[in-house]
Amino acid sequence: MEAFTTHTGIGVPLRRSNVDTDQIIPAVYLKRVSRTGFEDGLFAAWRADEGFVLNLEPFRTGSVLVAGPDFGIGSSREHAVWALSDHGFRVVISSRFADIFRGNAGKQGLLAAECDQSDVELLWKLLETHPGTEVTVDLREKTVRANDFTAPFAVDDYTRWRLLEGLDDIALTLRHAESIAEFERDRPQWMPVTTPARPA
Amino acid sequence: MVPVYGKSSLWEDAVTVMGKTLAEKVWDAHVVRRGSGAEPDLLYIDLHLVHEVTSPQAFDGLRLAGRPVRRPDLTIATEDHNVPTLDIELPIADPVSRTQVDTLRKNCAEFGVRLHPMGDAEQGIVHVVGPQLGLTQPGLTVVCGDSHTSTHGAFGALAFGIGTSEVEHVLATQTLPLRPFRTLAINVDGQLRPGVTAKDVILAVIAKIGTGGGQGYVLEYRGAAIRALSMEARMTICNMSIEAGARAGMIAPDDTTFAYLAGRPHAPAGADWDAAVARWRELATDPDAEFDAEVHLDASELTPYVTWGTNPGQGLPLSGEVPDPERIGDENARIAAEKALSYMDLTPGTRLRDIAVDTVFLGSCTNGRIEDLRAAADVLRGHKVADGVRMLVVPGSMRVRAAAEAEGLDKVFLAAGAEWRAAGCSMCLGMNPDQLKPGERAASTSNRNFEGRQGKGGRTHLVSPLVAAATAVRGTLSSPDDL
Ligand code: SF4
Repeated sequence: MEAFTTHTGIGVPLRRSNVDTDQIIPAVYLKRVSRTGFEDGLFAAWRADEGFVLNLEPFRTGSVLVAGPDFGIGSSREHAVWALSDHGFRVVISSRFADIFRGNAGKQGLLAAECDQSDVELLWKLLETHPGTEVTVDLREKTVRANDFTAPFAVDDYTRWRLLEGLDDIALTLRHAESIAEFERDRPQWMPVTTPARPA
Repeated sequence: MVPVYGKSSLWEDAVTVMGKTLAEKVWDAHVVRRGSGAEPDLLYIDLHLVHEVTSPQAFDGLRLAGRPVRRPDLTIATEDHNVPTLDIELPIADPVSRTQVDTLRKNCAEFGVRLHPMGDAEQGIVHVVGPQLGLTQPGLTVVCGDSHTSTHGAFGALAFGIGTSEVEHVLATQTLPLRPFRTLAINVDGQLRPGVTAKDVILAVIAKIGTGGGQGYVLEYRGAAIRALSMEARMTICNMSIEAGARAGMIAPDDTTFAYLAGRPHAPAGADWDAAVARWRELATDPDAEFDAEVHLDASELTPYVTWGTNPGQGLPLSGEVPDPERIGDENARIAAEKALSYMDLTPGTRLRDIAVDTVFLGSCTNGRIEDLRAAADVLRGHKVADGVRMLVVPGSMRVRAAAEAEGLDKVFLAAGAEWRAAGCSMCLGMNPDQLKPGERAASTSNRNFEGRQGKGGRTHLVSPLVAAATAVRGTLSSPDDL
């Protein structure tokens, strides 16, 4: 996982609350065998509408999504996070996230930053009156900045630590690579290996 | 001091350490790093089995992170869930299935993982392939992105199913962060009567403890009836531990286990064999070890079991009748029974023996091994499959298929009017074209009778291979005694 310290990118105002994972990515997009390429499914139903914010310049290339409360509710599909990341988002800002979504996001390096709803409203106004405004999200300071606007955000300490260090669960385990190697040295040599096979 | 998990440790410092169970011994032998506080233990994984359905995103995750498979030499893949059992030399017709299989092939080639593809002599259901190659051995930790990994516990291995993220974790690190399970002893004492099989034992166990009875536990099957079983029968029992809600099921290794393993392609040989057996003999639960819970069953009281409902706990002796939900005290169980009877289109009071089927499925990782085919063929010999019934015989692996053909079992099945197929999961889950049509009813030797499991709208009665064969002949749920 790529370490996350600070990120600056175009802010995208999504004035909706209760954005559920079926909206983020409908079930028909879950069949593919890859973990990448889910961007075509992102907000598929809404994107059919030409006026949807992600269909408009300069928001198309945005990377900081500013959404209403209760973002990511519904099914536990990890694909919702994959779709947002694949589209290029690094941060979602909301005043409240569904737990499972927040957990999945943390695993995949997408920052779910929790701001007061009043700050979300101010950001929406700023991004709508000055489209293309860049938003800077600083994970060390736990602040969101855009032009003159500054606001704090919340994120749990464990997730913050893992994101700052760029550690996914696998990376965390690999910190113990020496212990694993040591364990492997002590395994009896007669234990089975899959290759090469002796003929039956 | 050796920590003993799952029990109160208050007294451990004051009194001598209690003996350990089989599961605890295998666990303790695999701890790479003991967790402290909320942190789980890091457990080493000896054998990782891979198939086409739950692995694609895991390999893709490795690719994205630029990580290799840490131990391709402890990893093996086979194609099973999607593969057709007819015309296997042709490309797979269903594009979604074909993509999954092709993806597995590409991933295995790229990451250096041994793969047994369709048409290969060693191809088959992942839980049949591991044991028959001798890769599944006592005392190992075995994982696979499939819940029926519990099958391998028959050898005294700690074997359990994992999700796709964990598949990636094991591919990358050969370990898993895990919290210990609790232990539940299933004591099956006495002797099974003739015609009563391992499948009847496990269906009776599940009917007794319920589909949630094993939640959070590793089950250890013990007692004289278990000791008397062959390895294949033990696999049938451990296979369905998951249907009792358990993560894993185990049986202590003994001479039966060693005899099964001796000479298999991946079993140790020569001096290694002696060293291995000496180690394996120490795995059995210590006499003074304590389980977190225990259950007792008398094998001599068991008769052939069948399920009447839509979960594996809804089972009864074949001599019984479809239960009346009105007479079930527990409200949740009553509602579940009502729903099940309506889905199964059954009336309370109907004799189970009077239930007519359209289809008989002999196969799956529960009952798709050579002994299962032999048992069914013995019943079928000299009989015909009833009019209007189709019987599908799907060996668990191509090696099982070859062994059956060497014994002429294929001829017995074909002469009886059954279909003789290539190896795979097939109608166990209907991901390939082998499916029930809406409203069709099957007697099936597989492990799950969930709504729609074998095809949308299909109805499933779980049975042993003996009952499956007798049912095929009579057209209604039957045991060989009815012939
Ligand atoms: S045979 Fe059935 S239960 Fe066994 S692995 Fe295949 S699909 Fe799963």
